[in-house]
Amino acid sequence: MSELLNYPKRTYGMDHDRYDWSMMQDRTPLTWPGNKPLALWINVSLQHFPLSGEKPQVAPPGALTMPYPDLRHYTLRDYGNRVGAYRLLKVLGALDAKASLAVSGALTERHPKLLEYLTKTDYEWLGHSWDMLCMQAGDVDPNTERNWIQKTKEALEQHTGKPVKGWLSPGRIQTQNTPELLAAAGFEFHCDWVNDELPYTFKTQNGDMTCLPSSLELDDVFLLTQNLHSEDSYVEQVLDAANLLIEEGKQQGGRVLALNLHPWLIGQPHRIGAIKRMLTTLLVDYQTDIWNASPSEIIVASSA
Amino acid sequence: MSSAQKRDLDLYDNSPYIDRPRIIWPNGAKIAFWVAPNIEFYELNPPNNPYRKPWPHPYPAIPGYSIRDYGNRVGHNRQMALLDKYGIRGSISLSAALCDHHPEIIELCKERDWEFFSHGIYNTRYTYGLTESDEREMIEDAMHTIEKAVGKRPAGYLAPALSHSDHTIDLFAEAGGIYTCDLFHDDQPTPVHTRSGKRFVSIPYSLELNDTIAYVVQKMEPRRYGQTIMRAFDQLYREGEDSGTVMCIPTHNYQVSCPHRLKAFEEALEYITGHSDVWVTTGREIADYYLEHYYDESMAAITEARA
Repeated sequence: MSELLNYPKRTYGMDHDRYDWSMMQDRTPLTWPGNKPLALWINVSLQHFPLSGEKPQVAPPGALTMPYPDLRHYTLRDYGNRVGAYRLLKVLGALDAKASLAVSGALTERHPKLLEYLTKTDYEWLGHSWDMLCMQAGDVDPNTERNWIQKTKEALEQHTGKPVKGWLSPGRIQTQNTPELLAAAGFEFHCDWVNDELPYTFKTQNGDMTCLPSSLELDDVFLLTQNLHSEDSYVEQVLDAANLLIEEGKQQGGRVLALNLHPWLIGQPHRIGAIKRMLTTLLVDYQTDIWNASPSEIIVASSA
Repeated sequence: MSSAQKRDLDLYDNSPYIDRPRIIWPNGAKIAFWVAPNIEFYELNPPNNPYRKPWPHPYPAIPGYSIRDYGNRVGHNRQMALLDKYGIRGSISLSAALCDHHPEIIELCKERDWEFFSHGIYNTRYTYGLTESDEREMIEDAMHTIEKAVGKRPAGYLAPALSHSDHTIDLFAEAGGIYTCDLFHDDQPTPVHTRSGKRFVSIPYSLELNDTIAYVVQKMEPRRYGQTIMRAFDQLYREGEDSGTVMCIPTHNYQVSCPHRLKAFEEALEYITGHSDVWVTTGREIADYYLEHYYDESMAAITEARA
């Protein structure tokens, strides 16, 4: 018989051991603080795209594409860390928003002032690999990957003075070793598998972690630069999602809306207005239904 | 297969849209409307097919795999509730292995008397590279697996990931199927030639309105997808006054069911089901009705035109 007709994993549940099969409606309904139906998790990804270096097997979203020196993309990405981040932080600050920051470890060397500024907020920091060439994908050597993870954790913790518990891999991709390496380094959760809307238990050979799924489908880079949707459509899609999840949350138990924002993209002057409008609607107009929280707060509340 | 063996498959006859026997659907309906949710299982680590790579990313291809898993964990129920709301029974394009992996989903659809048609074993297993006897075995495995799980042998086939051989449709007809969703040449059912000479038809399943094509290939904004569906409906509803048309919305629980997209889809369903002369039905029911009432007439007209 052809190997193409051999199905060794064709049994109940998943075809791997990372987590259990579970439909969302079959779980114990979650209650968020204040009985609000929707938890809003805003993540800001602060990324360093090196001008030179070996290209990874999988390109990160927003990768440099031109021959060296690709100043066009390098500077557009760096714009986020020089200008865009401050613009977005101002919007978040004015709304008294809670956010998480997924940070390239290399920014501790490249943009220490930005990171100093960020330590004054109470935003939760997440590891986001060393830089955007350190893509945890394909056949990256486990020692190399371990080094990226440890170096990033140490650098970020040194800056914040607090433990960094969560990890978001660039491009939400992992090698087959990533979960074990993250667990061994002391990470409690990652956000890379976009297979759910609620946190769930993720198994590794070094102990269980939590996966708090990020959203690819509502990621600003995905919608604006890959799908080429307008800023107005982006806002409309986020609000459509919020409305649906609020209704569902009232009937079936707490839901999570995960947003992922990149200052190098939405920090541009022609885009920030739409983001401000979107966040104002979510955090002010919808405040009776939305609990804006950090990833760790959402995980704690979901396992309470 | 060498290029010398490749041939035009001569699956159907030339039959212009302007000159056919008139179709009138049950209760005088102008349009037969069906929704075909694809309920699929993609493997994390499928064998490498020499003709088509299952995933764009290296193993483990988490971006593609995890969003499809989202469809089954989260999206399915959301889409099902919406179809319930508008009185629509889904016609499921089913990866047969889902009966093994996720029987809970099968039970929910069975309770609703949805149709289950075959979409192969996994959507990461292609027809490419299979010998004829391998393909026969794969088709029969899927038919048998689904029949065992739902108590009814599938009537229709959408080949897994739209991968075909030159005998796919022949083999499916021989396995007892009566309709194919793999041909996009028409807005009405069409008699299809098979080597066994069985009465077999093509039922329109639109790739143009398929949510994955709309969202991934066309990269549509959700509201535009909703408008696209409504425009297609308006046109086919008008033309259905002259002769009954078919409209299908093929969906995926990891596309249309995402929270930022469902509203646009709901608006389209509300619009369509708000019209009076719509036969809200399933693929099998359209095939059965056409075979019983129009197949012979269509074949006679085709034969006459040829003579």
